[in-house]
Amino acid sequence: MRRRDLALASLALLLAWEAASLLIAQPILPSPLLVAKALARELGADLPAHFAASLLRVLAGISLSVLLATPLGLLLGQSRRLDRLLSPLVYLLYPIPKVVFVPVVLLLLGIGEVAKIAIIFIILFFQILVLVRDQAASIPPQLVLSLRSLGAGRRALLRLVYLPASLPGLLTALRQSVGTAIAVLYIAELFATRRGLGYYIYFEGSTLMDYPAMYAGIIAMSVLGLGLYFGVDWLEKRLCPWKRGR
Amino acid sequence: MISVRSLGFAWPSSPPLFEGFDLEIGAGETWAILGSSGCGKTSMLTLLAGLLAPGSGEIRINGERLVRPRPRTGLILQDYGLLPWATLRDNAGLGLRVRRFYGPDGVHAPRAASPGRGVDYWLERLAIADIAGRYPGEVSGGQRQRTAIARTLALDPDLLLMDEPFSSLDALIREDLQDLTLELCGEGGLTLVLVTHSIEEAARVGRRILLLGKAPNREAQVFDNPAFGKRDDELDLAMRRTLRAALEKA
Repeated sequence: MRRRDLALASLALLLAWEAASLLIAQPILPSPLLVAKALARELGADLPAHFAASLLRVLAGISLSVLLATPLGLLLGQSRRLDRLLSPLVYLLYPIPKVVFVPVVLLLLGIGEVAKIAIIFIILFFQILVLVRDQAASIPPQLVLSLRSLGAGRRALLRLVYLPASLPGLLTALRQSVGTAIAVLYIAELFATRRGLGYYIYFEGSTLMDYPAMYAGIIAMSVLGLGLYFGVDWLEKRLCPWKRGR
Repeated sequence: MISVRSLGFAWPSSPPLFEGFDLEIGAGETWAILGSSGCGKTSMLTLLAGLLAPGSGEIRINGERLVRPRPRTGLILQDYGLLPWATLRDNAGLGLRVRRFYGPDGVHAPRAASPGRGVDYWLERLAIADIAGRYPGEVSGGQRQRTAIARTLALDPDLLLMDEPFSSLDALIREDLQDLTLELCGEGGLTLVLVTHSIEEAARVGRRILLLGKAPNREAQVFDNPAFGKRDDELDLAMRRTLRAALEKA
């Protein structure tokens, strides 16, 4: 995504927002200027702490899912036998919208941090698992043969072929899942917490009826998602330099 | 150097490609294996590389029974087998990296490998040093194949196996690389076995030419090539005619 395109899209969105707020003329849709003022005020108050709490939860969920789904995906991609054994299970669970597990996770893991991180983990885990497995399985046999002829055994193949070959799939999975993860984070933060953007947005909007502050929270959540997208782009540039210019 | 005795091999659920097949290849010789599609050329090369196990019989290299890839056998494939995410320099050094990965265990890497001339020497020798920082996707097919050759030669091999290595290159680059391969094999006293479906290429690079016919192959049909290293002269044309007739008959 180019910066100029992002700036133009933001400008278009602000204009549409301003027009809609003038048309509707209700407190539920304040003008962007009012929200900007609230944002400036809230940045000096609690908003950064809520932002940090949400960011930590997302990062913990992402890290956990990458650490567990990547090796399993590599294993399934390398071993047809194992893939045949576990794929039916993966395909049964993969299409289920993971948000339905929120009550189950809350019941099983309680209402603390672990449950919120686990919800994000479940969403990302399957996405990463499937894409990493597909990437590992699609490595041309000629490439593996060529490395084996150089003396590479399973360990060297894993380190030198399967892992780097799966990096683009892993990053694509992260990019695709970040939006869903943040949407579910909002739901997870509605329950039994006083920290996080989900709580902040709900509390400001539904309890205090401070709509400009609520929109400031929505903007913070959007910035969180955007930051994660850019983070994945940055990682891709660092870890997959051969994809530049393609 | 290579001794194939009573070789039998078939892919699962397929008719046998080789039955009781014998072949002797001397050290420092350059061989071409010629045949039409499906005759077992690539299977033979993969067997010689130790990447496939014979169904029956045995293959010995320098007297040792082949049961796994040998650290001193280099294999170069048609599509180069380069890692797309590694620069040409890293690809050229990949074999050495694999050896460092395991250490001199005698299985994945020789127990006492000679230090060789190093990756930089081969990058220079193969005229790819100035583009060594690029990725395979950013260079031509000829440059990719030069990288694959550099990677193999950096391991100081005694046997070079090539599977249709130049078939996707245009004529001038193909001839250039054929000459370079013969030159490098001559310099290093390497044994070369090159698989090709091209009569011209077999006549160009094979001092001896093994013709494989319709499977199962039972007897090695070997031609001594008086036109070896020559191009488009009387001997070369006569050799090509002989090979064409034999191929049609097979």
